[in-house]
Parts: sequence; C-alpha cells; structure tokens
Amino acid sequence: MMHFEFHVEGGNFTKAGAASSQLKKILKQLNVDPKIIKRIVVALYEAEVNVVAHAFQGDIFIDIDTEKIGIKLVDQGPGIADIELAMQKGYSTASSSVREMGFGAGMGLPNIKNNSDELKITSEVNVGTTVEFVTYLNQ
Amino acid sequence: MKVTEIVEKLNLKVFSGKEGLNNEVTNGYTSDLLSDVMGHADAGNAWITLQTHKNVMAIASLKDLSAVILVKGFEPEEDMAAQSNEEGIPVLGTSEEAFTISGKLYGMLQK
Repeated sequence: MMHFEFHVEGGNFTKAGAASSQLKKILKQLNVDPKIIKRIVVALYEAEVNVVAHAFQGDIFIDIDTEKIGIKLVDQGPGIADIELAMQKGYSTASSSVREMGFGAGMGLPNIKNNSDELKITSEVNVGTTVEFVTYLNQ
Repeated sequence: MKVTEIVEKLNLKVFSGKEGLNNEVTNGYTSDLLSDVMGHADAGNAWITLQTHKNVMAIASLKDLSAVILVKGFEPEEDMAAQSNEEGIPVLGTSEEAFTISGKLYGMLQK
C-alpha cells in the first residue's frame, strides 16, 4: 500500500498538471500497465485542472495497492450546485479567460468518467467539492 | 516518420525542444481544446494548434506526443518554449492555417 499527497493552487495554471506528471512517473516505476497509466493520467489531469480553474485550493490523496488506484481530490471553492448538469458534455462554468486558453469546454468531468472505473462527486456550494475515482489494475 | 523529416518537408520553424527532433510521429491531431486532446490524442501524435501557453506542453508530455505544430505564425510563450526544451518535445511553427498544414501532414503520413 502506497500513499501520496499533492497540493493544488487555485488559479495557478503554470503548475496545472504537476501532480499528474508526478503520478505518471511513479506508476511507470511501479511497472503498471501503460494502458492503465494513460487512463489514470487523463482522469487526474482533468480533475487537477478543475481545481485550478474553479477552486481556491485543493489537495490530492492517492492510494495505490495491488488491486487498484484510488484518487481523491478535496477542494475549497465555490462547489457545484447541480452535479448532474456539470457532468453533461459541453456544460461549463469556466471564465472566458480560462476558455481562451482552450480549457472550459465542458469535457473535463466526462473525460474523468470515461477514464476511471468508479467516480463519485460530492459538493457543497460555497464550501467545496470532493471528486473520488478508482481505477482497477487487473481489468 | 521522424519529426525532422516533417520539419524539412513542410518547411517548419523549430522554436524549441530540439532534443526531440528524432521523435517518431505516428499520426496527427488537430484541436485547440485542451481536454479534447487530453481525451482523444494518441501517443506519438503531432499536435496542431494555435494555443501557445505552457499547459500545451503539460498535455503533450502527459500524452507522450511527438511534437507540437503552431499554426498561422503563432510563436510559443517563453515558459512554453522552456517546458518544451525540458521535456524534449519540439515546438514547431508554420505560417499556414490548421486546415492546410493538417492536410499536408495527413498526406505525408498516409504514404
């Protein structure tokens, strides 16, 4: 069982993807199947960018065992009022400056869903959002 | 096909990431939406885009892309070029539009 934690600064796009990059290196060293690494990296990157784009700050908790990789992002931020709506492709509340960078196309949460085996989102408006997803290693 | 061959044949400018000029280009992907590339580009793809900021390189690295081609005379921002050098993923440039350069690259890679 291995555990890793990363901190994410809200609004700082120059560091977006740093945790995903670290996890990619760790999973390579652990000889995880490259196909599974690809899925996890996509899911974590999107979740990381969501914290950067929407929240004040957040923390990432990663647990790796022989069967699965569990990732949990807990942020302090505006929260999501309607999670079902947020899950729809193309729906986004990103600012225009974030959209100009090519983010905020409403593809992030769908990408996380497509690239994980289990996804759970809980949120409280004006408090924050918790995104948890699991990827099984032997599938 | 190697990145250098594409640079030569398509007359591209090399802005940064020269260490990766021998990367193998498997195919191309044209998009300016970062999550689209994140979700759908494949390893070895050359990414054709007009986005010039550092996050492009984060995605290129996470997805193991072979190169980034900036269209319409766009140039990489300083931190994008720096990241490209660090990752060894070349940032290339053309004065042509995405449609034209994508078509040319597609034609080259089909042969």
